[in-house]
Amino acid sequence: MAIAKREPANTGYDLGPQEMTGSQMIWESLLREGVQIVFGHPGGAILPAYDALAEYEEDGRIHHVLVRHEQCAAHMADGFARATGEVGVCIVTSGPGATNLVTGLATAQMDSVPVVAITGQVPTNLLGTDAFQESDVVGVTQPVCKHNYLVTDIAELPLIMKEAFYIAREGRPGVVLVDVCKDVQIESGTFRYDFDISLPGFEPWPVVSKDDVQAAADVLNEAERPLILAGHGVHLSNTSEELLQLVEKAGIPVVTTLLGTGNIPETHPLSLGMGGMHGEAFANRAVQACDVLVAMGMRFDDRITGRLDRFAADAKIIHFELDRAEVGKNIVPDVAVVGDLAETLPAYLPLIKERRHQDWVDTLNEWRSETDEADIIQFEVEELIPPYVIRQLWHATEQTDKRVIVVTDVGQHQMWESQYYIHEHAGMLLTSGGLGTMGYALPAALGAQMSDREALVWCVAGDGGFQMTLQELATIQQEKLPVKIGIINNGFLGMVRQWQQIFYDKRYVGTPILSPDYVKLADAYDIPAAVVRHPSEVVPVLERAHATEGPFLVDFQVKEEVNVYPMVAPGAAVDELIRRPKPGYVQGYSGVQPSW
Amino acid sequence: MQYTLVAWMRDKPGVLNRVSGMLRRRNFNIDSLQVSHSETPGISRMTFVVDGDERVADQVVKQLRKVVDVTAVEDITNRLAILRELALIRVRTTPATRGEIMQFAEIYRAQIVDVNTENLVVQAVGTEDKVDSLIELLRPFGIEEMVRTGRVALCRGDERAKKKRQSTSIFKAAASLNGSGHDDQ
Repeated sequence: MAIAKREPANTGYDLGPQEMTGSQMIWESLLREGVQIVFGHPGGAILPAYDALAEYEEDGRIHHVLVRHEQCAAHMADGFARATGEVGVCIVTSGPGATNLVTGLATAQMDSVPVVAITGQVPTNLLGTDAFQESDVVGVTQPVCKHNYLVTDIAELPLIMKEAFYIAREGRPGVVLVDVCKDVQIESGTFRYDFDISLPGFEPWPVVSKDDVQAAADVLNEAERPLILAGHGVHLSNTSEELLQLVEKAGIPVVTTLLGTGNIPETHPLSLGMGGMHGEAFANRAVQACDVLVAMGMRFDDRITGRLDRFAADAKIIHFELDRAEVGKNIVPDVAVVGDLAETLPAYLPLIKERRHQDWVDTLNEWRSETDEADIIQFEVEELIPPYVIRQLWHATEQTDKRVIVVTDVGQHQMWESQYYIHEHAGMLLTSGGLGTMGYALPAALGAQMSDREALVWCVAGDGGFQMTLQELATIQQEKLPVKIGIINNGFLGMVRQWQQIFYDKRYVGTPILSPDYVKLADAYDIPAAVVRHPSEVVPVLERAHATEGPFLVDFQVKEEVNVYPMVAPGAAVDELIRRPKPGYVQGYSGVQPSW
Repeated sequence: MQYTLVAWMRDKPGVLNRVSGMLRRRNFNIDSLQVSHSETPGISRMTFVVDGDERVADQVVKQLRKVVDVTAVEDITNRLAILRELALIRVRTTPATRGEIMQFAEIYRAQIVDVNTENLVVQAVGTEDKVDSLIELLRPFGIEEMVRTGRVALCRGDERAKKKRQSTSIFKAAASLNGSGHDDQ
């Protein structure tokens, strides 16, 4: 039987039976789950719930953020959830409202983010009649949800609400959608919230096998060239600290996945940064050369493994993972430890011998010194190139005492951010890793900022992705949120263009993209903004952005055709990568051509 | 090879869709799928025949277990189990062939459940192999219509005790500590 680990804080609300409408039940359930902020957009089939919201908004128990597009309601709930570790909630109407959610739900589900989505549905007597604004939302969202419900009976509503939060939160987090028929919202019934959840077969927290932990320790203790590959699970289980202890006790270098960014401070001598398709050459080389690979809270995504049959081919693989189905899905490990890292890591630590692995670390440091990353970071630029912008952004945010959250969109800038921004801890970077959803950054940044108005939240997006959801500038202004926005504007859908350059003989089909005058656009929303065209302007504009109380937008008009390196071609092994241009030269820098 | 999996699930609207949707989405190759009531009210029982290697079968089991409404999954491939399928086969007859068809049916312990001057319906129960071979035997006479249930399976009495099977735990993980690699499947 499932045991709840991540129970919501005791909110002090009465759990006993009370008479109320279905609409009230929705809000009363949210209160009991500790929800104070919801992101949504009203419409016909959810109107009764919105009507009931009035009294909760009036006394401030629940704050509703009106979005400009339902997809962004899901992204905001996602950003909120990633920034807090709590369940993010969005609420929209039936039909188009609900179908607009799908991209946002899929984004959250792919990255194991706890989100509960509430959708209105046509009244039960109209179900299946192709009624106005009817769509089969449970059917449509089933493949992108951890679970979902259609509520046709008010007697089931309270239990379903409680189960929804339970399922979203417990075990590997995910998305649960509750589709509530309009007549159910209107009817009255008995509300209670003191149920015990009984879901036979739902196993959110598998029992940890001590033998497996011991077996994993035995393998690691014999290792000469061990490596840890740390993913999102470390952050989700809040075990960065334990990971660091393991790393330092046993002298094991760490490579992270994109969502594992910052699992140990990237300034740590044993941090090799991100691996995979755009990971540093030394990080990928380390993966291929290690003799024991300890994968923690990650799922061997193709972006991290490259060609599977050549991935860490000589290594014994230990897989720490909460979701049993991830074990053996892409990579069959030699030892699997199934369970919550918060349990398995503390059990693992005392079994691991103190080691230094000095030869291995020296080798890695030698490889690291061969890289040209250093040249790119320290060069004096004449043209505005994105890595420089990102590096300066890091310098600027490093100086603040505030909590810093960087939210990136998808594409080249996302990879540059992960390469050139130095992440000090897990959860500093929020990004759409699994689904790779363009348009994610702005609404997710907004959601993150809603959770902590004091934080310094930077939305970093490309000119392509930003234009997908820029209507949420209005929401930022409406909520008076101090989100800082940096657009890495190169006039192309840059990552696609890069692929066209490398794999499609430079045929730039559909990738040159026109942008509006972002300063004027921001002005229309009454958001201060600046355009930057030269490297010398970067530092001053960042200072200005940080000195500005509210939101600020910067249009970084960077050099157009700059590529993200290193790059592992899809289907290639991760050490068969395209390196950066030769040391000392930066692509696009002073007329020197790349020579890879 | 073929794997026989049994899953129990809460009898809720759409649960079949949840399961079949997951199987389709994950591109699993399912040879047959059969749904029925179980001994417990409110719990349905599905029998799957999965075509693939051990790793595929392992994934199907694990992914099935992730479907919230699924309460239990067992891989009974290597267990002593009674495997059966029922087929109804309408065969064209003439006065000359009717006797022979009925003889074949009798050899297979199949029953004639409907008969008229033009055709008759044979009801066959057995393993798929047995049903297959009867069908091949009847095919030359002209099969007008046919329906097969797909495999159902029930473990034999003393096998009930061995509830947990290895592949529902961790695929290959513990067994291959001394093995060479992970990519040899």
